[in-house]
Amino acid sequence: MEIKSFIRENKSILIFLIAAVAVSIVLATFVSPFASSSPDGLEKVAEDKGFGKKAEEKEPAWRNSPVPDYVVGGEKNEDKKWATGLAGFIGVLITIAVTLMVCLIVRGIRAFSREKSPVE
Amino acid sequence: MHIPDGFLDPKVWGTASGVSAGFTAYALYAVKEKLNEKVIPLLGITAAFIFAAQMLNFPVAGGTSGHFLGAMLACTLLGPLQGFLVMVIVLLVQCLFFADGGLTALGANVFNMGIVGGLFSYMIFIYIKALIARISGEKRALLISAAICSWLSVVIASAVCAVELALSGTIPLSVALPAMVSVHALIGIGEAAITTVVLAVVTQARPDLVHAMKLRLPAGQEV
Repeated sequence: MEIKSFIRENKSILIFLIAAVAVSIVLATFVSPFASSSPDGLEKVAEDKGFGKKAEEKEPAWRNSPVPDYVVGGEKNEDKKWATGLAGFIGVLITIAVTLMVCLIVRGIRAFSREKSPVE
Repeated sequence: MHIPDGFLDPKVWGTASGVSAGFTAYALYAVKEKLNEKVIPLLGITAAFIFAAQMLNFPVAGGTSGHFLGAMLACTLLGPLQGFLVMVIVLLVQCLFFADGGLTALGANVFNMGIVGGLFSYMIFIYIKALIARISGEKRALLISAAICSWLSVVIASAVCAVELALSGTIPLSVALPAMVSVHALIGIGEAAITTVVLAVVTQARPDLVHAMKLRLPAGQEV
């Protein structure tokens, strides 16, 4: 019952949120495989001006990215549309999850510090 | 314009990391009272949309592509500090899960795209919007100033990126600055188009959800 009334009261915002999530998932999953694969602004400048190799020579500081370069399964799937689409889909879910986690942690700390202080 | 590891030297990425960490800590502290059940889902969905849109590289001149940044969009939709935090989260996810942007450069990327492209550009936006609002309606002022400032946000962020590259001794400023700014002046047109269309759609559907609709001078004060 409670869920039903919650949905009724917040119908408009829920529709908006669902639509926005749907748009994001469609873009990341089904549109991103067809995005331009040319180097972006900084990469192109680095190539043209000859300092792009500085990044290639350098070992990345963090080597545990599960989905490097937005391709599931690594370099061998580079040309596969599904590997990019799946990476986008996963990315949208991870981004939402991390945002909610950060918000809940901040709220948790807030509640904790309120409990400790005598002032309302 | 996600900087990878190796482009910046330790003094530059160290300084940028410190500044970005300070801004992030302050932003978390400042918004903590505002994170309620209504705001949290909006933060999540804005972050998700920006992540998705950033994957969509569009071609610009000469074998180069650009993609959406979204910092101005996040700030106008959510408020500057909330928008900044959304950018931090997107950049963190891209860096840790997708190897997009180096870990040592994460602070610099947050500085360029969150602080310069987000907070600083939003400050300019507040004034430009107030100025335009004198001669046109509130909604039109919002969209026009968002278009101008989202273009500006990409261009200024790329200029700051060029300065960081020069300070690191990677490339002289006289080479980096014109190259970065000219490419990003084109990419910024895409940025302005996407920001304006999304803002127009959201202000049409749910104007109450757009932070910048409620914005009034004097600047910097919450309304």
